[in-house]
Amino acid sequence: MIGQVESGMVATSAAIPFGHFKDVRQSFTRGSNTLVAIENISFDLKQGSLVTLLGPSGCGKTTFLKIVGGLISATSGTVQISGRDVTEPHPDFGVVFQQANLMPWRTVISNVLFPMEILGRRDAAAVTRASELLAIVGLSGFDEAYPSQLSGGMQQRVALCRALIHKPKLLLMDEPFGALDELTRMEMQDLLLDIRAKTAATVMFVTHSISEAIYISDTVVVFSKRPATIADYIDVDLPYPRSAEIRYAAGFTELEHRAGRALGIAR
Amino acid sequence: MIPHDWKSAIYPLVGIAAIVVIWQLYVSMFGINRIVLPGPFDIWDASVKNWSLLLTETWPTFVESILGFLLAVAIGIPVAVCVANSRVLNLTLYPILIATQSVPKVAIAPIILVWFGLGLKSKLVIAFLVAFFPIVVDTATGMRATPPGLVELARALRASPFQIFTKVQFPAALPFIFAGAKVAVTLAVIGAVIGEFVGSLNGLGNLLLTANSQLDSPLAWAALVWLSLLGILLFAAVVVVERLAMPWSESGH
Ligand SMILES: Nc1ncnc2c1ncn2[C@@H]1O[C@H](COP(=O)(O)OP(=O)(O)OP(=O)(O)O)[C@@H](O)[C@H]1O
Ligand SMILES: [Mg+2]
Repeated sequence: MIGQVESGMVATSAAIPFGHFKDVRQSFTRGSNTLVAIENISFDLKQGSLVTLLGPSGCGKTTFLKIVGGLISATSGTVQISGRDVTEPHPDFGVVFQQANLMPWRTVISNVLFPMEILGRRDAAAVTRASELLAIVGLSGFDEAYPSQLSGGMQQRVALCRALIHKPKLLLMDEPFGALDELTRMEMQDLLLDIRAKTAATVMFVTHSISEAIYISDTVVVFSKRPATIADYIDVDLPYPRSAEIRYAAGFTELEHRAGRALGIAR
Repeated sequence: MIPHDWKSAIYPLVGIAAIVVIWQLYVSMFGINRIVLPGPFDIWDASVKNWSLLLTETWPTFVESILGFLLAVAIGIPVAVCVANSRVLNLTLYPILIATQSVPKVAIAPIILVWFGLGLKSKLVIAFLVAFFPIVVDTATGMRATPPGLVELARALRASPFQIFTKVQFPAALPFIFAGAKVAVTLAVIGAVIGEFVGSLNGLGNLLLTANSQLDSPLAWAALVWLSLLGILLFAAVVVVERLAMPWSESGH
């Protein structure tokens, strides 16, 4: 609940926040010119929350997500998960990218089991869990199919199962539904909320879509244009479980409007 | 490509049949001397009459080609893996590879014969030399073409470089490796025959030369046909291995 302090927010508790980001800055140097991607990014991530990073294309959302995941290290600033500095990827993290990134040479279930293989924990229990996850996302019966036999939406479901198989404490999702059509996308959003309710994982989710951000999140962090800073930090006080109805509620539209203003596309 | 089902296998067969018919018609209608150009019937005749001779001579050529090819695979793939993963090795080895590749194999065949003698070894070496290059080039290309997203995924799980190689980079390169292998296996047959032409005691290339010098054109042509059948057979064998090794790609067609 501790955010980049917005008015009316609950005071910081003494406990260590799940995620803590302070003055995170990332610049890329190519030859003589330096490009500052993100700057002054500071906020905290509450255990079990679903936080969305919303911002214009090229502003540095992916960059920030990769910093949190330990895939790249920030130029400067503090990035902590569970009180520890993130210096490299951690097996407690799960990642889903915009592309499903399935291995075409592996069957669906073997793709889902890939993390367990890398972590050396591919046992009978893991196989059972993989089947269960596939059933949750509506893919039972596709265990032995190859990715090329699946639609884009189905592939993304497999990628989601793969990110969840090792029970990550933090799920990092980079525009996972960006390549899907509107209907599939809404289905996947509900699926994500469903899974999240079941697993209690903390989720950091990147998207371009205002309505997607508001529909799924506890908190929306709006990034400005590059160099990206936090333009707004929106607590979404809509009740869970959410359903399509809520998209038409007055509170929803209001929040959309606020995000639009932060992005500079509405007044 | 080897056709996937029997229906599409009809097309090349019909094409070949048409060529054979036209060829036979041409030869019989114009009364072409069979020393100049034997007709399909003559070649068939020579094949049937000499089938045990042809079979005995096919064996050494087959062994030379397949061993040269397998050696090229066994050495080429590790070399490509090193070249693709190390800048230093890439800069050192690649120019040497290109340089050796641009030497015409026919030109070095006599030297190889001096070094390795008239027997199997010299043919094997020449087959190896011609098959080596496409395997190295295609494998190295495949090693570099690993989808970055897959590598990132493995890195996010803190996979070791060895795990990344065996579980991501290598399987992702398989289609490239097989593309190279298909070219290489046909080249290996050519390499073996070049070796036999330059100097040999047996083999289909040897038989072809002998028959030619005796003006036994039907037998020479029969040897030629058997050579191409050998090439097709080896190519098909690689395709079969490819399908076994990559069952996923078939389902994608
Ligand atoms: N490795 C890199 N080297 C140089 N510049 C980079 C690198 N990675 C990202 N950038 C630059 O940093 C900026 C932010 O990139 P990033 O991918 O984080 O944007 P994004 O917000 O995820 O965009 P999108 O919504 O289109 O995915 C871009 O201008 C990009 O060109
Ligand atoms: Mg991005």
